[in-house]
Amino acid sequence: MNRRDSIKTMVISSLASGLLLEGCIQGEKEVIYENVWKYKYGRTPEELQRDLEILNQVFFSKEELNTIRVLAHLIVPPTKEGNIDQAEVPEFIEFIVKDTPSYQKGLRDGVFWLDEKSMENFEKKFVNCKVEDQKSILDKVAFPKDKKSKEETFFSNMKNLVITGYFSSEVGINDLGYKGNQPNFWDGVPDNIMKEHGFSYDKDWKYNFVDPMTRNDLAEWDENGNLIT
Amino acid sequence: MEIIEKDKKYDVVIVGSGAGGGMATKILTDSGLNVALMEAGPFFDPANPDQQLHLKWPYESPRRGKGSTRAFGEFHASYGDWEVDGEPYEMKGDTKFNWWRSRMLGGRTNHWGRISLRFGPNDFKRGSIDGLGDEWPISYDDVKPYYDKVDKLIGVTGTKENIYNEPDGFFLPPAKPRLHELYYKKGAEKAGVKVIPSRLSIVTKRINNERGVCYYCGNCGRSCGVYADFSASSCLVFPAQRNAQGRLDLYVNSMVRKVSIDKNGKPDGIVYINKDDNKEYKINAKVVVLAASACESARILLNSKSTYHENGLGNSSNLVGKYLHDSTGNNNMAFIPDLMNRKTYNEDGMGNMHLYTPWWLDNKNLDFPRGYHIEIGGGLGAPMYGFGFDFNSLNKFFGIEVGGYGDRVREEVKKYYGSTIFFAGRGESVPNKDNYCEIDPEKKDKYGIPVLRFNYKWSDHERKQAKHMNETVEKIVHNIGGHMLWKNEGPDHGLINPGGIIHEVGTTRMGNDPKTSVVNEYEQLHDAKNVFIVDGGPFVSQADKNPTWTIMALSWRTSEYIIDELKKQNI
Repeated sequence: MNRRDSIKTMVISSLASGLLLEGCIQGEKEVIYENVWKYKYGRTPEELQRDLEILNQVFFSKEELNTIRVLAHLIVPPTKEGNIDQAEVPEFIEFIVKDTPSYQKGLRDGVFWLDEKSMENFEKKFVNCKVEDQKSILDKVAFPKDKKSKEETFFSNMKNLVITGYFSSEVGINDLGYKGNQPNFWDGVPDNIMKEHGFSYDKDWKYNFVDPMTRNDLAEWDENGNLIT
Repeated sequence: MEIIEKDKKYDVVIVGSGAGGGMATKILTDSGLNVALMEAGPFFDPANPDQQLHLKWPYESPRRGKGSTRAFGEFHASYGDWEVDGEPYEMKGDTKFNWWRSRMLGGRTNHWGRISLRFGPNDFKRGSIDGLGDEWPISYDDVKPYYDKVDKLIGVTGTKENIYNEPDGFFLPPAKPRLHELYYKKGAEKAGVKVIPSRLSIVTKRINNERGVCYYCGNCGRSCGVYADFSASSCLVFPAQRNAQGRLDLYVNSMVRKVSIDKNGKPDGIVYINKDDNKEYKINAKVVVLAASACESARILLNSKSTYHENGLGNSSNLVGKYLHDSTGNNNMAFIPDLMNRKTYNEDGMGNMHLYTPWWLDNKNLDFPRGYHIEIGGGLGAPMYGFGFDFNSLNKFFGIEVGGYGDRVREEVKKYYGSTIFFAGRGESVPNKDNYCEIDPEKKDKYGIPVLRFNYKWSDHERKQAKHMNETVEKIVHNIGGHMLWKNEGPDHGLINPGGIIHEVGTTRMGNDPKTSVVNEYEQLHDAKNVFIVDGGPFVSQADKNPTWTIMALSWRTSEYIIDELKKQNI
C-alpha cells in the first residue's frame, strides 16, 4: 500500500468532514488549513491534529502578549543583525505555552507581577514605564542565586524562551553565524583555524579521508578490504 | 473475535520491518519466495516531501524542534517514544525499565546513530573468557562472511586498524574530524585512550546507483532523503519491493497478536489486527520470521499459547523473555575553554561523531568484567529549542556573574557557542537470567493483546564499569584544560535505566541445548522448525558494540538457511 499522499489527504478529508474540529477550534476551514501548512515538515496525522488544535487556540491576551514582546526586546535588544519581532518570538512563546502547559501559570503570573510591581513603583503598567524603570524591576530577578524565588523562576523561563526563540529563528541563526543545514562537501576544519589550534590533518593523520574527486565512483575493494576506486 | 483469513498463502511471513526484518525481506524476496511483511506502524519514506524532516530549519516548526511528541526532538525520524499511545508496559517491584518502540516502516533503524560495529572474536566467547554467562554456539568466523556482505550492500565508513576484537571490514572512506574531536583525541591519547575514525553506515562514497552520496547536513537522525544513510526502509525494503514483481506484500498498520498454530500443533502463520478497521486477520505462511525487536518478539511467542504450547510457543525451556539485557550507558559533558570564541564555519559533517574510542583495555587488570566504547558530540551545531538556555552559566568557571539580560546575551551566547563536548560511555552488561520480560497477568493494550512486564536490575559489574567511564572522561577533560559540567555521583555512577540505550537483546537466546536456549545457531526455534527470530533476541551476550550490524549479518545467515531448508523440504 502506497501512502505517499496519505497524511495530507487525511488532514484535508478530516477537515472537510469536520470530525477534527468539533468543539476545540474556531475559524474558517481555509484559514485553519493555511495556518497549519505554514509549517511544512513530516508529522504524523496525530501530530498534525495536535498542532492544528494548538495553533487555533489563544492563551495570552493581546495585552499580555504585548508585555511579553516589550520584555523580550529588553532581554535581546534589537540590533542591525535582527530583532525579536523578525524572529517571531512572541508568536513562538504563545505557541510553546499551549504545547507545554507547565509553562502557563508561571509565565502568566509573572507578567501580572511585572505590572503589579510597575504600578507600585511607577504608577504605570510595565509597558508604559521608562526603559530604566523597567530594568530596575528586572534587575531584582535577573541574577538568581541557588534557590530561585517565584519571580526569578518566571524571569529565567522567559529569558530562556526569548533567547532560544531568537537564535532558532532565521535572523537569529544568521546572527549566531551557524552556516550549515545545506548540501555541501565537508573537507575538515578550515586551515587557518586548524593552525590557530595547533592541529594538522597532514601531520597528525595517516588515513585517506574522503576524496571529493572520487566519491561518486562506485566503491570497489580488493579481497583484503582495500578500496580500489 | 472473528478472524478473517486471507486467501493468499505465503512462503514466509516476516513480523517487523527494522534491521532484522528488513534484511530477511530483502534476501528472501530476492531468492524468489513469496513474502508478507508485517509492520505495526505506517508507511515511511524520507524522500516523500510530506514526511521529510532533513534540511528543515527550526523556524519551519512552531515549536522550533522541541520534542513534545518525540522524545529526541520533533525532527527526529522515529514515530514512537518510550510511551506509545494505547500500548503500555508494566514493571515489577522497583524496576525502572524504558522500552523504546518505533512504529513505522523501518522500525528502530529510524532511531539510531548509524554506529555500525562488528562483534569481535572475543564477543562470541565471553563465557569462557571471564566465566560469566555463556558462549555463543557460533564464532566470529561463522559470521564474518555475512558482515562482509552487509558492509558491501549497505556501506560503512572506517579504517583498517588491525585491532583483534574490533575486526576491520570493507570500509568507505572516513570524514575528517571536527575541531572538538581533535581536542578529544589530544586529551584521550595523553590518557592512553585509543581514538579511531567512526564506523558509521553512511555512504561517503557511492555504493550503488539507487542511493545518493552523503552531502554532510548532519541530519541522519531525521532519515536521509537521498538514502545516503542506512534505514531498513530505504536500503532494504524499497529495493526488495523493486525486485519483487508481485512477490512481496507489505502490510502496514498491522499489529501482530500471535503466531497461529494448526490442529497438529504446527505454526501456520500469524494473526494480526489491522489498525485501520480494528478487525483481526490471519496470514497463512509456511515459515514465520519474527523480527519485532527482542522484547516484542518474546511477547508474541509468550502470547502464542495453544494446547501444544501451554506457556507460549518456543518456550519449553521457560527461557523466552529471560536474559534480557541492554547496553550500559552514562553521559558526561565538559566545557573546554580553548573552544571559546570560535570562528564559525559549516561543521555539520556526517550525522554522528567522526571519531570514537573502541574498548582499549584488558578486563583482567580491572575490577569489572566487560568493556565499553566512548561516543562524543559537540561542535557548531544547529540551534534548536533549548539552545541558549542559561546562556552564560559557564561564566562560573571564570568567577564572572551569571545571569542578566540585554546586550551581553548576544556576546556571551556567541562566546560559548561550540565550546562543550558530550561524552557517552556505552558498554557491555553481563546477561542475567533474573533480568527478564514476561506477560503481565492482567493488563492488555488497546488491541486486547496482553502486555509485557519487566524485571531488571543492574549489578556491581555494570556499576563499576560506569564508575570507570566517569574516571576516564574526567582524565581526558583534564588533559585538555576542560571542566566537567556535572559529576555522576551515587551508587549507580550515572548508569542510565536499563532499556535506555535501546540495545535490548537476549530474550530468545541461541544455543545447542534446547533446555538452556530458545533458538539454535540458525535462529530457528528448538520447539518449532518453521519459526525463526532475526532481531536481537537470539544474542547470547551483547558486546561493547551496537547490535545492528550483527542483527543484520545473522538475519542474512538465517535467511540463506531458510531458503536452503525450504528447497530441501525440511520446513
